[in-house]
Amino acid sequence: MDFFLETLVGGLLAGVMYALVAIGFVLIYKASGVFNFAQGSMVLCAALTFVTLRDKGLDFWSAGLVTLVVMVALGVAIERVVLRPLVNQPQITLFMATLGLSFVIEGVAQILMGASVHELDLGVVDVPVEVGPIQISQFDLVAAGVAGALVIGLSIFFSATRIGVSLRAIADDPQAALSIGIRLQTLWRIVWGVAGFVALVAGLLWGARQGVQFSLTFVVLKALPVLLIGGFTSIAGAIVGGLIVGAADSLAEIYIGPLLGGSVSTWFAYVLAVVFLLIRPAGLFGERAIERV
Amino acid sequence: MSSRIGRLRRAAILAVVGLGLGAGLSSAEEPPVQKQYIPLLTYRVGAYASSGIPIWAGIIDYFTYLNEAEGGINGVKLFWDECETEWGVEKGVECYERVKGGKDGSPVPILWPHSDPIGKALTEKAAADKIPLVTLNYGRTEAVDGRVFPYSFPVVLSFYSEASTAINFIAQKVGGKDKLKGLKIATVYHDSPYGKETQPALDLLAKTYGFENIQIPVAHPGNDQSAQWGRIRQLKPDWVFLRGWGVMTPVAVKTAAKTGFPVDHIIGGIWSSSEEDVRPAGAVGKGYLAITTYPAGADFPIHDKIRRFVIDTGKSNLQDKKSFGSVYYNSGIVDAIILTEAIRTAQGKFGHRAINGEEARWGLEHLDITDQRIDEIGATGLQPTLELSLSDHEGGGIARVIQWDGAKWSTVSDWIQADRDLLRPLILERAAAYAREKGITPRSDADSTN
Repeated sequence: MDFFLETLVGGLLAGVMYALVAIGFVLIYKASGVFNFAQGSMVLCAALTFVTLRDKGLDFWSAGLVTLVVMVALGVAIERVVLRPLVNQPQITLFMATLGLSFVIEGVAQILMGASVHELDLGVVDVPVEVGPIQISQFDLVAAGVAGALVIGLSIFFSATRIGVSLRAIADDPQAALSIGIRLQTLWRIVWGVAGFVALVAGLLWGARQGVQFSLTFVVLKALPVLLIGGFTSIAGAIVGGLIVGAADSLAEIYIGPLLGGSVSTWFAYVLAVVFLLIRPAGLFGERAIERV
Repeated sequence: MSSRIGRLRRAAILAVVGLGLGAGLSSAEEPPVQKQYIPLLTYRVGAYASSGIPIWAGIIDYFTYLNEAEGGINGVKLFWDECETEWGVEKGVECYERVKGGKDGSPVPILWPHSDPIGKALTEKAAADKIPLVTLNYGRTEAVDGRVFPYSFPVVLSFYSEASTAINFIAQKVGGKDKLKGLKIATVYHDSPYGKETQPALDLLAKTYGFENIQIPVAHPGNDQSAQWGRIRQLKPDWVFLRGWGVMTPVAVKTAAKTGFPVDHIIGGIWSSSEEDVRPAGAVGKGYLAITTYPAGADFPIHDKIRRFVIDTGKSNLQDKKSFGSVYYNSGIVDAIILTEAIRTAQGKFGHRAINGEEARWGLEHLDITDQRIDEIGATGLQPTLELSLSDHEGGGIARVIQWDGAKWSTVSDWIQADRDLLRPLILERAAAYAREKGITPRSDADSTN
């Protein structure tokens, strides 16, 4: 029972890490209806920029600040150069544009900053903490705390600020929002900038966990089932989806994997996502599209 | 009339002389090709670029050293070009098709796939085109049997030998092979054909020595392993043999540390033994062990030569000079030594000129890199002796163990020999099955002279 509990808790904490990446997707989708496939590349770019600046001698906070500026600038530039010219194009066109963008960001980031593997030390000692009969990773607890703070901050931003309310209006009905004078493009730039910030947070935590290297882009593969389960438009849904995926993945790896003679974590989360889709096509917290026919 | 006959005779003589000169000129226009083309299938971008970049630097720097300091191989200079595969099979096969015909009159003597999946995809194509594939420390294990695989050379350390050297190292640490009985040894492996390759060998070794063989898969890419290491904590193995690739290795080391497993009881496989594998793990990687056949270090005599003729003259391919002497850089040097020594051996039989694939195969199957030759090259301690034959395309089957001290690797064992005699029947069995499936008639030892 202790082992089951430990696996469950470990999985839940791992799920928070996936949720961090998923939140970046949700932000963009919520505001513009674009599924930003380049979010994983933005995570890599953020972490790579940060460690490159640290290697150049900048202290932790200066490097973080400059990286934040770079990521916000990147987000704004993407909106201006790639997405704005594609306004009113079909969703699949916008999706393909972000798909292409992900390759461009990965390639340019590696050309400018190299392909070496970097260590990223956030100063969090990753030793296990004994909680009763189970061990919990100290680093994962910190990551969960950061994710929680991020969710609270973004929730306040979306519900209690003028910009946030405007963004919700755009998400609900872009035409109506435009008709009352909300400046769509300005708000898109803000959202892409915030997505850049989220990418930085995710990049730092994932980079500290596994080293800063190209494979950071692979974390997107686990963020997709998180989105399918939690819904594309809910930040809380991303967290809940992350927790479900993380826990189910870990338990399946331990209890189902040996029965099948191999690792199941590459596909099990997707099976789960398909099951959720069959029951709730918009995800647990997603907004169901209701159209007049 | 007589003058007409005379003119005809002069014309005939001129024609004969002309033909003779023409023939002479013709043979003079086609001298043996005096430069050797070596195509390089690289992955300088993509997920594994950080591993590949220092490998090509080691290879190219050694080639440059040979050209600059020794005038090539017996006067035949080397030239090369690169084709980017991103480690992917489709691009690898495309590159192979592009380069297999050779360049500027020089045929391709040997091809490095530099990717296990690409190597496997090219096995039959390369055999049909008579181009040897040399796979240093990877590739099909059954290709050790050169009677069935004439053009595949998994040289130095096959995956079976890798597993065996790891077990033999554990035996050394616990006081002998008889002490292996009752131990629990868990293999945490990349869940792919590469990762599963050692399973038959470990089954046999476990039966032979009486240890418990636990297998734990990690799905690609392996950036979350909390479940696997939770299981390790539950099973409490004495040692872990880590067969990772890419990000899987540093994540394994970090996760092991946070679950309380002693890192100095993890032995990384050959593809979990570079600085790139352990540096991202940070301080918790201290004490981590790994198998290698090309220890890190820049103080071997060959490094002095490369430094003098290549690095100091600004001709190095190495962008990050900190990687000079790293595990991957040194693996490039060893790769290049094996290839160039095989060409040198082939030149001994076929002449000092560019060598084709068939001739290079002969060179490989008669390759004998002795201690004396290694000393001449300046690679003593960097590379084991290597003797290949028609029936043995692996040669060495030995490796050393290195340990990470938090900043660099230190060599902590002498060369450890794999149990090749014990494992060979398994290899022959797999090779025979392949031969049956493909309708191949294995070569006999008499073919080795051809």
